[in-house]
Amino acid sequence: QKKNISLRLTMEIVYVYTKKRSEFGRQCNFSDKPAELHVDILPDPSLTDNFIDRDPCDVAIQCTQEMSEHEVNTERFDCEPCGINHVEGGWPKDVNSQEMEQTIRYRKKVEKDENYVNTLMQLGSHMEHCIRQNNTIDIYQEYFEEEEIVEEMEGQPSAKTVNVFRDPNEVKRTATSLSWHPDGSCKLAVAYSSMEFQKVTKDMSYDSYIWDLENTNKPEMTLKPVSPLVCLEYNPKDSHILIGGSYNGQIAYWDTRKGSQPVEMSAVEHSHRDPVYKVIWLQSKTGTDSFSASTDGQVLWWDIRKMSEPTERLVLDPSKKGNLDNALGAFSLEFETTMPTKFMVGTEQGVVVSCNRKAKTPAEKIVCTYSGHYGPIYALQRNPFFPKNFLTVADWTARIWSEDIRDSSIMWTKYHMAYLSDGCWSPARPSVFFTVKMDGTLDIWDFLFKQNDPTLSLKVCDEALYSLRVQDNGRFLGCGSQLGTATLLEISSGLCTLQKNEKALATAMFERETKREKILEACHREMRLKERSRSEQSKEDEAKDGEAEESAEELVACAEREFYEVVEAEMKKRGKDDKKEKEKYEGKDGCKEKES
Amino acid sequence: MAEVEETLKRIQSQKGVQAIIIVNAEGIPVKTTLDNSSTVQYAGLIHQLVMKARSTVRDIDPQNDLTFLRVRSKKNEIMIAPDKDYFLIVIQNPTE
Repeated sequence: QKKNISLRLTMEIVYVYTKKRSEFGRQCNFSDKPAELHVDILPDPSLTDNFIDRDPCDVAIQCTQEMSEHEVNTERFDCEPCGINHVEGGWPKDVNSQEMEQTIRYRKKVEKDENYVNTLMQLGSHMEHCIRQNNTIDIYQEYFEEEEIVEEMEGQPSAKTVNVFRDPNEVKRTATSLSWHPDGSCKLAVAYSSMEFQKVTKDMSYDSYIWDLENTNKPEMTLKPVSPLVCLEYNPKDSHILIGGSYNGQIAYWDTRKGSQPVEMSAVEHSHRDPVYKVIWLQSKTGTDSFSASTDGQVLWWDIRKMSEPTERLVLDPSKKGNLDNALGAFSLEFETTMPTKFMVGTEQGVVVSCNRKAKTPAEKIVCTYSGHYGPIYALQRNPFFPKNFLTVADWTARIWSEDIRDSSIMWTKYHMAYLSDGCWSPARPSVFFTVKMDGTLDIWDFLFKQNDPTLSLKVCDEALYSLRVQDNGRFLGCGSQLGTATLLEISSGLCTLQKNEKALATAMFERETKREKILEACHREMRLKERSRSEQSKEDEAKDGEAEESAEELVACAEREFYEVVEAEMKKRGKDDKKEKEKYEGKDGCKEKES
Repeated sequence: MAEVEETLKRIQSQKGVQAIIIVNAEGIPVKTTLDNSSTVQYAGLIHQLVMKARSTVRDIDPQNDLTFLRVRSKKNEIMIAPDKDYFLIVIQNPTE
């Protein structure tokens, strides 16, 4: 039988060749045959219309070895250092270490040993030599103790990252608050919560951590609140106690000796109704008092021994009626232990409210308000050296205020491109303060050195920074970011040691700026009085004439004229002030730093 | 035996010497002028330290060996004379 095998080409050309079945499997017998043309496909010029000539052709050729990249990371070996407590030596089996008789007998036996005697003689003489050496010369004596250590001028102020503590959980939360351990820089407590509206997922952990500064792999202790903590503070009197304000408005306190669960929590009915943004320990004999503020408009005082209800309550109603609906939401609190009866609250509405705790009636508790910011006040702190001046950080600026001037701040930074989220004064130098921004930068300002820009600006991380805290020595600071990373930075000694004449210069600057504001305020008042008297006068004139109507244009022209006059007067005054300032700088030898 | 006593008395009479401890290779305090709990603590801790120091010296140069160890701290100085079988530990505060 014959089998038909057809070859099918793409153009449907078929060539058939036949072979007998009996011939399958036979050996091949090749023979020469002249070429046979089976198919001739001629070019079809009409097809060229489907194509365009490409000229020139750009072809990249590479003549290298092909390599592949692969990352490998070894498994981390978890080490934990721990101490061993040695209890009793290696007594031989037949001696019971508890029995006095047996041990004494053993010891006496050892003492009779010849080896013992010889060894001791040798060691004894060697030892005596060293003891005598110590007694002769004290090799650790300080020779030039009385002389002052001359401060060398370092080049540039700098800051370097010492350590980075990352949130160990999968789902990262914002590090909203940091608190340093009161005894020296060994531990840092960080509160984590998610401040974004409705972004809390089911698996987001509520824990906050206490980090040991040496160990960045694992937090030293975990604090497990009922609701994530927004703020956290160590008790400055007792370093084992911490108080935290949580997202659901409750206050809880921990004792690090008692474990991760809070020792006690405030009763939900009497707590805040909004997240607690700031909690501060108060100065009291028992060391158990604190107060907290929240955007629900209340400031509550607590005694941690009895958390079932607050000891005192204040509603931030600027109309002084205690009306909660009218109240301003509190974002930050300020308390200075040298002025225990006064405190200040920074509000969501951009107003700082100064309060007196010892006032008789709630209405008198609110003393005055300072307005000037456009957004919530994230940080509020008095200058540790000049308590009459305080720093506020809100919207795109940081402002310094004087207690006496209510309408405006006395000094302010320029408007930045990114929102400022936290700030604080340096505890070591009166003219230095720190701010952090939402673009992840930390700015260190020294207003005696440079007023327009920060002295040092560092990009700490790519995400937004939310919190900042300086340690009491002024040298270390911690910043918390949106992804829960707490960065520990060390700043150069120039920025944390008191310079010569610094206090005097800072005092002079504060006084000068306060005076300027006072003058401006007086000017405004005068202008307003003049306006009022003029409008009264013109009303009288009108009543007299009945015809003299000042047209709208004339009024506008008049207002313009007066405005320019005032501006001119101010510029002249400012010019004089600036000159005085420059002379002061060049004259004083205190500030040796040159402007870069 | 008497010579040992004499040596130890001489050491004790030196200025600033606070305590003397003699420990054997097993960590048992043979003779001490301190109370028991401190002695045991010193014996255990110093034993480990001497072992470590000795191995350090010998790792760097196997022909070398530890002859004396002084630990200077803020409050005092601990001097350790090690031997194969015994340690002599003296705690001195020289700036008294």
